[in-house]
Amino acid sequence: MDGLNSFFEPLQGAWQAFEAFMLSEGSPGLFSYWVIIALMMAGFYIVIAHDNLVKKIVGLNVFQVSVFLFYITMAKVSGGSAPILAEGIEQYSNPLPHVLILTAIVVGVATTALGLALVVRIRNAYGTIEDDEIQAIEEGEDA
Amino acid sequence: MVLMLFMAAMAIAMARVRDLFAVVMLSGVFSLTAAAIYVVLDAVDVAFTEAAVGAGISTVLMLATLALTTRAEKASSDRTKSLPALFVVLFTGAILVYGTFDMPHYGDKTAPIHSHVAPRYIEKSGDEVGLPNIVTSILASYRGYDTLGEVFVIFTAATGVLAILGRTRRRRRNEANEDARPATGGPAADKEGARP
Repeated sequence: MDGLNSFFEPLQGAWQAFEAFMLSEGSPGLFSYWVIIALMMAGFYIVIAHDNLVKKIVGLNVFQVSVFLFYITMAKVSGGSAPILAEGIEQYSNPLPHVLILTAIVVGVATTALGLALVVRIRNAYGTIEDDEIQAIEEGEDA
Repeated sequence: MVLMLFMAAMAIAMARVRDLFAVVMLSGVFSLTAAAIYVVLDAVDVAFTEAAVGAGISTVLMLATLALTTRAEKASSDRTKSLPALFVVLFTGAILVYGTFDMPHYGDKTAPIHSHVAPRYIEKSGDEVGLPNIVTSILASYRGYDTLGEVFVIFTAATGVLAILGRTRRRRRNEANEDARPATGGPAADKEGARP
């Protein structure tokens, strides 16, 4: 156990220092964007590296949510409150990106539904939802 | 911030796990965490839309698809595809990170996004529309055409889904009839085929 602790302690210290730096005043203030980019790239990877069609759609969803998060973080004003008019509140966060994303979430679900319907249809036509197997079947039909 | 890192971990787990049921469940939790982050970032309307629509309806749709297709992802994924993909992803990510260096910092009051129409909405919408919730005012009044367009998109998607799936069912029914006719023949087969 001691060996394990001594291994993790410097790591933990480094992480805490990094986090404190990123969240402090005067830090680059771009950390949230970088996490969002990491999320977006994870979604992108799922879409291009996997053959399973359902998983591709899940990847698209991850990508979508990361774009939504990007908009919402841009709308945040430090010290601001939710954009609902009330007495005694001076600073509101920007309501416009919220509206855009509200619309985008619903449209995203509509496209997801359409994609999943296509997956079901492909499964009925080919008997598989793996991209490479479908391609093999197609090539077999052409030959 | 911690929630965001949690989401990143979940996204990676989603890429690794092969059981599609687990993947769909993870994506539901992912959406719900996103909703929690929206609350932290003052976007309460977006948060409950995400929780209801993103985490709820999407998950149900995906589970329905799994029920109609298959649950397990094929085990043998070829390594030849994932390495170039990883390279492309890292390259794109690096370019995007480079792009963020010109972005306004998180929470900055003077960012360009806060200086065009947004202040007008915040100052005038209470008098002009009369609703306390500015997001609702913009959605239904100032940007009503956006919402109308959204309705068209949903209508088109619903029509598309019905066209795709309704056709399958009809075709399957016909096939069932053709298969059954030589064996049993007559109206009994038709009746059986009518209920797929």
